[in-house]
This record gives sequence, structure tokens and C-alpha cells, in this order.
Amino acid sequence: MIEIKNLSKIYNTNYGEFKALEDINITINDGDIFGIIGMSGAGKSTLLRCINLLEKPSSGHVVIDGQDITGFAGSQLLQLRRNIGMVFQRFNLLMQRTVKDNVAFPLEICGVPKADRDKRVAELLELVGLADKANNYPVQLSGGQQQRVAIARALANNPGIILCDEPTSALDSLTTSSLLQLLKEINEKLGVTIVIITHEMSVVNKICNRVAVINDARIIEQGVTKEVFSNPQHEMTKLLLSDLIVVKGGEN
Amino acid sequence: MAEFIAEYGSLLLQGTIDSIVMTALATLFAYVFGLPLGILVTITQEHSILPCKPVNVVLGWIVNIGRSIPFIILLVFLMPFTRALVGTATGVRGAIVPLVIAATPFVARIVETSLLEVEAGLIEVAHAVGATVKQIVFKVMLPEAKPSILVGVPLTFITLLGYSAMAGAVGAGGLGDIAIRYGYYRYQDIVMFATIVLIVIIVQIIQSGGMWFAKKNDKRIRK
Ligand SMILES: Nc1ncnc2c1ncn2[C@@H]1O[C@H](COP(=O)(O)OP(=O)(O)OP(=O)(O)O)[C@@H](O)[C@H]1O
Ligand SMILES: [Mg+2]
Repeated sequence: MIEIKNLSKIYNTNYGEFKALEDINITINDGDIFGIIGMSGAGKSTLLRCINLLEKPSSGHVVIDGQDITGFAGSQLLQLRRNIGMVFQRFNLLMQRTVKDNVAFPLEICGVPKADRDKRVAELLELVGLADKANNYPVQLSGGQQQRVAIARALANNPGIILCDEPTSALDSLTTSSLLQLLKEINEKLGVTIVIITHEMSVVNKICNRVAVINDARIIEQGVTKEVFSNPQHEMTKLLLSDLIVVKGGEN
Repeated sequence: MAEFIAEYGSLLLQGTIDSIVMTALATLFAYVFGLPLGILVTITQEHSILPCKPVNVVLGWIVNIGRSIPFIILLVFLMPFTRALVGTATGVRGAIVPLVIAATPFVARIVETSLLEVEAGLIEVAHAVGATVKQIVFKVMLPEAKPSILVGVPLTFITLLGYSAMAGAVGAGGLGDIAIRYGYYRYQDIVMFATIVLIVIIVQIIQSGGMWFAKKNDKRIRK
């Protein structure tokens, strides 16, 4: 379980203080696929990055499985990060490493012996359907395939949580669907909690059981996806959802 | 032509070998010192992985001072130091010391430029998987910057080849030495011309060979 309590993030910029997050309270349960939606600049990435402390909260707490991690530093912080996978919009694969060495990367960082690494990498590539690409380099893969590699990499250390920052934004709709399917499978089979940022309402609709809407640094609405989507309370949520309704209208 | 080769062939061959050995050794040592220096200058920068302003500022100064002294002045200035270090300030041996000292800051800067090209997203991945500073340097920054760093090697070699010719002026041996002794002092233009041709050939080979090798090592190029 991830509990975010009264969390704020203030950036000191050349123009003075900038509040990127204000008094955020969210609870993400084990096994959730939790969506975070909001307009560009709302603070989604900042919030996600606070969960593994890539961004240090200015105040408030992040509690994971009952342990307050906000003050973690040094080896404790490295250990925490090793147990949280992360997937990025632009894949961020190491371009000079093969597919299998990319997946092995987090294992190398943890000092897993070579033989165990190879075995684990083979399993993971099987899981994401890229066993035949093990020795290819990222440049030889399509965007969708690269993101699958990134997902395999995020899973390497058997993390309990995966953080995804707009994982499908660089992909076409068909590829997006198959990737979402993969994330759902991972969530169901392995019980991994997934936190996913997106600006595509259809993504939330397809896989998120719960969702939070963030606007202008604040959470304006959160709850079970079906409820939030069928009965949005906030104007911004309605605005975001109008996008989905148009798409649905087109499909029917 | 046959006559020319008979008279100057072995001299020019020896000069070529001296130039190449001197430059290659200097390049090697310049990387031994310049690579770590370049890494340190990069990672101690403000938003990098081991920010440390005092270290960064001091190293930056050293690099800048090293780069701003013209080689010919450095060469003369260093003579006592060179003599103390390798026993002589002339010949191939004596030339290597100033060459290395001149090239180390140069190498540090080009290594820095290469490392800064590594995408921030990749460093972020490394942080996200809990990598240490050392792991980020050796498993992410250096391997990802490798093709670019390799491009710097022929660049350094060629720069040093030019410097080594200047060192010829103080009797360092090599093609520069021959050009000055025969071309300048004895007015044998043909010998000077031959040294120029040889230097151009060396530069061409090193440049295209180096680029080929760097490209071959870049996995971002689809094959
Ligand atoms: N390092 C930083 N320094 C200063 N301001 C920042 C920094 N990082 C983010 N911000 C600001 O904080 C706000 C929230 O940024 P964030 O990246 O979290 O938005 P986002 O919701 O993820 O947007 P997008 O959908 O465009 O990715 C933005 O206004 C951004 O300019
Ligand atoms: Mg973002």
C-alpha cells in the first residue's frame, strides 16, 4: 500500500517559489492499477517521482507498506528504488546495450550473479513476448517493442510497484491497446501494483480500477474509475472526460 | 626518385616511426589522465550525479589554464620539469612529457562534451533502479558515450601530431625535426615537402580509421 499524506512540492526557480504539488492525499492499495490524470503541467510527473523519491517532497509523507520512506537516504534509498520499477514515456533504453542486457541492467545494479541474471532475463523476455529479440539493439525495435523491453526491465527485480509516466503517449492506438493488455496481465498474474500517469482517458477507462484527477497542483477528485467517470464532480474532470465521450460516440 | 629514396628513405622512415610512436604514447597517457579528469569535471557539475562546486571550479580552472597556454611556450616552460622527470628534455622521450601535459586538459574537455551528450533520461533510469554514482559512471555514462568518446581519440592524436612537429624544433625527433633541420636550415625543400606528404597521409589514415572504428562501435546505427 502506498499512502501519500499532505504532500507538497515547491520548486525554487529563478522567478521565485513554484508550487508543483499542494497538500496531496492519496491511498493506493496493493494490486491497484491506479490512474493519475490531469492537464499538462498539473503536477502528475512530479507526484509520481515523489513515490520513489526521484523528487524530494517539500513537506508531507510517502508511506509504503506502513513504512515512512520520505526521509530515506543513502543505501536505504537505493534499496527502496530497487524495489520499485519505473517506465517512461520515451522508453529510455540504453542504446549501446542489447535488449537482454537492458533487461539485465537493474539486476546488475543489485549484484545478481550472471547465471541468475540470464535465467531471469529469459523469463522476462518470454513474458513480454520478445524472446526472439534478445540480442537485438533498441534501435532495431519499434516503439511498442522498446516499451515492452522497458516493462521487462521494470519488472526485473520483482518489484511490488511499477510507476509508469505516460507509457503509451508515444505509441499509436493499436500498440497502446496491446501494451495496456500486457500491463493488465502483469498486474493480475504477478499482483504488481501499477501507478500510471496518462492524459488519455481511454487508458484509464481500460485498465485503471481507481483514478485521481490532479489540477493545478491539487487533487480535485479521486475514487473508483467507474464512479468518477460516470459521475464527474469537478469541471476539469468533465473537461478531460469530454475527450473520451467523443471517442465513444465515434465507436458506437 | 630512386635516388631520393636511397638518400633520405631511411631518415624519413625513422622520422615517421618516431612521430607516430611519440604521438601514440602521448595520446595514450593523455587519456590515462584526461579521461578521469573529464569524468570528474562532468559529474561534479551542478545538476549532475555528484555535485560538488569547489571541486568542479578548481578542476575547471586547471583545465582552462592548461588549454590556454600555447604549446610552444609550455614546451620551453616545462623543460626543467621534463628533465627532472625523464632525465632529458629532448628526443622522443623528452617530448612526451609536454605533449601529455598539453593534451590532458584537451582530452578532459572532449570527454566532458561526450559525457554531457548522454541523455538525461538514461541517468534518470539509473537513479530509478538504485544505481550508485560509480555504477552510473561505468554502466551508463561511459558505455553510452563510448562512440562519441572514440571520435575524440583521432582528434587528439592529430592535434598532438601537430604539437609533436613543433617539439621537433627543440630536437624532439620525428618528422617535424626533419622538416626543420633539412627544410629550414639546409634549404632542402624536397625533404620538407616529403615530411608534409607523410604527415598528411598519417592524418588521413588516423582520421578515417578512427571514424570507422567509432561508427562500428555505435549501436545506435541500424545495420
Ligand atoms: N525541476 C523543476 N524546477 C522547476 N519547476 C518544475 C520542475 N519540474 C517541474 N516543474 C514544474 O512543475 C509543474 C508540474 O510539472 P510536471 O512535470 O509534474 O507536470 P505534468 O503534469 O507531468 O505535465 P505533462 O503532462 O506535460 O508531463 C510544471 O509547471 C513544471 O514546469
Ligand atoms: Mg509529465
